[in-house]
Amino acid sequence: MLLEIRDVAMRFGGVVALAGVSFDVGRREICGLIGPNGSGKTTLFNCISGIYRSTAGSIRFDGHLLTGAKRHRMIGYGIGRTFQNLALFRTMSVRENILVGAHHFGRAGFIASALRAPGARAEETSARQRLSTVLDMLELGAVAEHLVASLPFATQKRVELARALISSPQLLLMDEPAGGLNHSEVDQLADLIRAIRDRMAISILLVEHHMNLVMRVSDRVVALEFGSKIADGSPATVQSDPEVIRAYLGGGVHAQAA
Amino acid sequence: MAGTRMLAIMAGLACAVAIAFALSGYHLFQLTMVVTYAIAILGLNIVTGYNGQISLGHGAFYAIGAYVTAILMSNYDVPYWATLPVSALICAAFGFAFGLPALRLGGLYLALTTFALAVALPQLLKYPALEPWTGGVQGIVISKPEAPLGLRLSGDQWLYLFTLAVGAVMFLLAANLLSGRIGRAIRAVRDNPIAAEAMGVDLALLKTRAFAVSALYTGVAGSLGAIAVQFVAPDSFSVFLSITLFVGLVVGGVASISGAIFGAAFIVFVPNLAEQVSKAAAGAVYGVILIGFLYFIPSGFAGMARRILQRMIPQRPAMLVRTEVGVRENGHA
Repeated sequence: MLLEIRDVAMRFGGVVALAGVSFDVGRREICGLIGPNGSGKTTLFNCISGIYRSTAGSIRFDGHLLTGAKRHRMIGYGIGRTFQNLALFRTMSVRENILVGAHHFGRAGFIASALRAPGARAEETSARQRLSTVLDMLELGAVAEHLVASLPFATQKRVELARALISSPQLLLMDEPAGGLNHSEVDQLADLIRAIRDRMAISILLVEHHMNLVMRVSDRVVALEFGSKIADGSPATVQSDPEVIRAYLGGGVHAQAA
Repeated sequence: MAGTRMLAIMAGLACAVAIAFALSGYHLFQLTMVVTYAIAILGLNIVTGYNGQISLGHGAFYAIGAYVTAILMSNYDVPYWATLPVSALICAAFGFAFGLPALRLGGLYLALTTFALAVALPQLLKYPALEPWTGGVQGIVISKPEAPLGLRLSGDQWLYLFTLAVGAVMFLLAANLLSGRIGRAIRAVRDNPIAAEAMGVDLALLKTRAFAVSALYTGVAGSLGAIAVQFVAPDSFSVFLSITLFVGLVVGGVASISGAIFGAAFIVFVPNLAEQVSKAAAGAVYGVILIGFLYFIPSGFAGMARRILQRMIPQRPAMLVRTEVGVRENGHA
């Protein structure tokens, strides 16, 4: 297993956001993480990406213990991520934004960069090669020199994806990638997510509200409710799971429409 | 485009060298100070403009650089040029040590902490126990460097050309630094620290190092300033110096390398200009000119120059961008 989540719990004061969740994500697997609002998806996502430190349990990735690891080390372990609301570098061009994703490959520090030492130049060349691959894959070549802030929302989302992919992750964490996209853009996104997995042979953990997207692209779906796992299996099994149906549609005080 | 830019820089540098033979005395001294302040503002720009950490106390690093040079020259007979690397190292170390705790504060608190440093330093320089080195309130007088043997240049000419050469090298190094891997990380931290960290940037380390480099630049400028003025005293480095550098940064253009030169020219020439307009109310005239500049060119000289260039050079027709949802005109969502 690439990602092993074991009994992860998270409390904020008296509020239990995660009450011991366990599941795995295998290599080359697209895993969808779903749940009604407040079910703990984003909390779990933040525990994996290091934004939060879980109060109990462990998260292992490819042999590394992630619980307690430094946030800036994650990308070096092979974990790339995109953000729920865009988190781009607004004053920088598309090209520069994406190149920041290749930062962790470099070793050239302040002095080597200022002197344009041979090592720094070689790194820059290899970063540019990675860049052109990613630009092609995400069809961003035409806007490479544009400021990201001047681009349409859907294009900015692709820039963020490109920035995560240039780091050659083994696991891509995507936080609500469909948010803010229209119907046809979501269709395109579904194709893109599968294409990325197939071409780069990576695992993807998808936290998403958009049920249609999750069911279409995922190999496996994990459903959370009130910080606990209520279902884990193929999209078809999870979709027909009575617990999941109850959580999303069923009556009771916790009812939430998806 | 890169070729034209290179050509423009070479032409500018050639003009700057030629001026040394057209002007003399006080005017040349003023230009020496423009180059000096340009280096200082570039240093401030690295930390404030590019990395987004507001410093209101860079005058302190300028002062430390100036005193290192003055003390080395007067107490230890070190040649003026050899004091520069020493001053660079000391100021970088000082910037690193100061930045380590101060950068944890960030934002407005960092602005106030650096301001406090600038307020405290002149007092420290007057401290009696340090008087054998600092010369106390009287400060230190240093001798003016002569042109090296064989060069038929006046002292002023040589000093200007020396400062210009140091400045050119430092600008080149800064341009390299800011355009490469580290420069992108420096700007990324300013634009979105959480995303930058997720991309593998060690925020604390990068910010502290950027602060150290910034202090190094401003410190070397202080050294060059001390050599040009031939005198250092605590009261030359009041809080007002820090604010002046900040003014130069904003007027020249935040996060712009060439802007530092414009900003330096502003802080050297405009106060003189204001004094010519009205001796009695020079401060008020300066204030009015400053407000006028900020009103008419809010993005600084560098921003204005960029806009003029864009207007002069015919633009490519609005590019059509192929997105997932067909073709849209670029820039409109």
